[in-house]
Amino acid sequence: MTAIDQSRGLPVGSMGRRANGWWGMITLIATEGALFVYLLFSYFYIAVQHGREWLPPDLPSLSLSIPNTVILLVSGVAVWRGESLLIAGRRGPIVAIHILAALVLGLAFISLEGWEWSMEKLTPASGSFGSLYFMLGALHLAHLVIGALILAALALWSALGYFDARRSAPVSIGALYWYFVIVVWLAVFFTLYITPRLSLG
Amino acid sequence: MTVAEYDRVPERVDSGYESALAHSLEETWETKPGLYGWISTVDHKEIGVRYLVTAFAFLVAGGVEALIMRVQLARPNQNLVAPETYNELFSLHGITMIFLYALPILSGFSNYLFPLVLGSRDMAFPRLNAFSYWIYLASGLFMYGSILATAVPNDGWYNFAPYSLRQFNPGLNMDFYALGMIFLGISTTVGSANFVVTFLRMRAPGMSINRVPILTWGTTTISVGNLLAVPAVSLAFLFLWTDRQFGTHFYTPESGGHPLLWQHLFWIYAHPWVYVVVLPAMGMVSDALPFFCRRPLVGYVAVVLGTITTMTLGFGVWLHHMFATGIPFLALAFFSGASFVITIPSAVAVLSWVATIWTGRPVTTAAFHFFAGFIALFVIGGVSGVMTASVPSDLQLTETYFIVAHIHYVLIGINVFAVLGALHVWFPKMSGRMMSETLGKISFWIIFIGFNVAFLPMHLTGLWGMPRRIYTYPAGVGWDTLNMITSVGAFILAIGVIVYFANVVISLRSGRIAGPNPWDGPTLEWTTPSPPPPYNFPVIPQVASRHPLWESRLHDSVGESQWRRGMPLDKGKEALATTALDGLPDAILKMPEDSPAPFIVTLAMTAGFVGLLLQIWWLAGVGAAATLAGLLIWLWPERELAQRAEAAR
Repeated sequence: MTAIDQSRGLPVGSMGRRANGWWGMITLIATEGALFVYLLFSYFYIAVQHGREWLPPDLPSLSLSIPNTVILLVSGVAVWRGESLLIAGRRGPIVAIHILAALVLGLAFISLEGWEWSMEKLTPASGSFGSLYFMLGALHLAHLVIGALILAALALWSALGYFDARRSAPVSIGALYWYFVIVVWLAVFFTLYITPRLSLG
Repeated sequence: MTVAEYDRVPERVDSGYESALAHSLEETWETKPGLYGWISTVDHKEIGVRYLVTAFAFLVAGGVEALIMRVQLARPNQNLVAPETYNELFSLHGITMIFLYALPILSGFSNYLFPLVLGSRDMAFPRLNAFSYWIYLASGLFMYGSILATAVPNDGWYNFAPYSLRQFNPGLNMDFYALGMIFLGISTTVGSANFVVTFLRMRAPGMSINRVPILTWGTTTISVGNLLAVPAVSLAFLFLWTDRQFGTHFYTPESGGHPLLWQHLFWIYAHPWVYVVVLPAMGMVSDALPFFCRRPLVGYVAVVLGTITTMTLGFGVWLHHMFATGIPFLALAFFSGASFVITIPSAVAVLSWVATIWTGRPVTTAAFHFFAGFIALFVIGGVSGVMTASVPSDLQLTETYFIVAHIHYVLIGINVFAVLGALHVWFPKMSGRMMSETLGKISFWIIFIGFNVAFLPMHLTGLWGMPRRIYTYPAGVGWDTLNMITSVGAFILAIGVIVYFANVVISLRSGRIAGPNPWDGPTLEWTTPSPPPPYNFPVIPQVASRHPLWESRLHDSVGESQWRRGMPLDKGKEALATTALDGLPDAILKMPEDSPAPFIVTLAMTAGFVGLLLQIWWLAGVGAAATLAGLLIWLWPERELAQRAEAAR
């Protein structure tokens, strides 16, 4: 192995991907990702026990879920932009505004999903499809609420000027979680809203 | 801290445990006295010992439950306990031993040893470490609270639906279990994350991943496994709870659910769990057995790869618990094949230990006795496992006492024996005193004989058709003598455990003073005083081989390991982060001070779970809100931890 260079300066404290928190977030995402893998497994396991008649006559509606998907993707762009500005050396309000924008979009998603559920004829107790539909949605929503709280804290801390180009680890770590929540939504959306519409013949 | 800094070229100094540097580190790292200090400490050694004590307490509780069952089963047609009580006893016994003893005891050793063997000042996330202990304690007490409510889980540790559904099980029994396991899962998950990041980031410079002690490989491997497997069981119990309380239909066949979904989710978790509770124990034996064979372990790389392969394959064999459920032929064939294949990486470790003993010069200490017993029982438990990997024999053996015998050979053989040996090895490090060798050997023989008297005949009980989980049996069907022998053996085993604990208590008071390295061990923990000071190392050690303390004898190092010259990192609580593979210095980390936040958040979560259990929704809401508020304060960026920009004063 190569000899260890003794003269090199080392960064001090939480620095980007060198922060333990960044590694910790990776482990959190791994375990939460596994949770959704098991949820989707449960959905498809139950689905294959039945035929087409397992699905409700009115499939979960696309009219709100597609705009919602777009909203969530845009929120991801906003977080990414805020993080990039911070790492590029911008500070304070401009970063906070981007994170705040993502937070507002996240809250819009939550409201729209709540509205969609209020119009849904299914209930969690109406059968196994309803149970899975609401459990998948609710567990994703729970993660989204946590993500929104993280964004709120990050927006506040950015506005207080806590972060700069080198002390940006909390923003990067929080952003990672938000991207994860978005990716999970894409899987949930595809499963609940798209696969029932795929015809096998 | 006066001036914040972004970069530093670390100086290198000579220092020992008597230096001025050591005294200033002691002041920086020590835990404050009193109740507040006790609650808020984040010292991994303190937390490790708490894990050990708590897990042993649960071992005793589970043991008492087992003894009551053995009295009940000693003779046919007994009425010591009612059938319902018997159901609760075997359920609580399984839950206690498998979830509240078997992994937490290993987490105790790992928490204590990780920073010491890796040459670090603490775990990667010290507060999270305290949190994982408090949650473990709270969730264990939560599940044992079911005794006070006279609603103990009563469907066995694997808790099959539909018996666990409300229709058949209306009390709080299952709710205690369901919510308790989700609660415990939080502890397991955050603890696992901590081990993984510590392993990847907190090693001494020069300790590339082919130089770390095997016990850290074992624990890290199973921690990755936990991260991927624990969500399955949390989800299974969440489904169960909503089925019971909110009328969902995950497991109810009449509304489109499927009871086998429970079994899939449960075993996807619980089969890897078998490896989770043995691989760290195997790792400890792989590290400590060479102390007593006076040579390095034979086949380090093979054992590490075997560990990882076992865990990976462990995710592909869950269906062998479901051979009798009518699954398709192809699934039977695949999972039976995988169950045979998994014996290969397991056998690698056994052959390595045997070769280490064979080619070494064994010193037959008490610890060596336990390790040798461990190897013997592993082989027996492994072979009875292979028998059930075969579908036809499993169809005959499943749900009989043969399976009970098998699981006890695996769990007592590979977990308990390794743990009792490992405590002999590291007790001097933890307490500064040696355990008695004489009492240790006496306790070994009583435990070993008692265990085999109890469980070897049990294979026959199973082969002769006695089903598990029946509270009694009629006379004259051929099980009377075997059950009496097993019950006698169980009490011999219990006496052995009492002798062992007596040894611990006596040695704590009057054992011989150990000194830093009583076993002439090769790894970094043996460079520290016994017990080690709160900061572990006065300077960060630098590692040049797998066996830093044996380098002068083995001549296998590139350069020389150093533990008396290195980085002091004494500007506040600091530790070194190194790169994941090569172990090169990567960053200087600011470590958190002691904090009551983990304890307070645990109290808030406990209130939340009690609210969910009793359906006191305001309490659940208050618990959740307090948890989130506590986490916010916990994670608030601090200047002392170098999480804030400099200009923001």
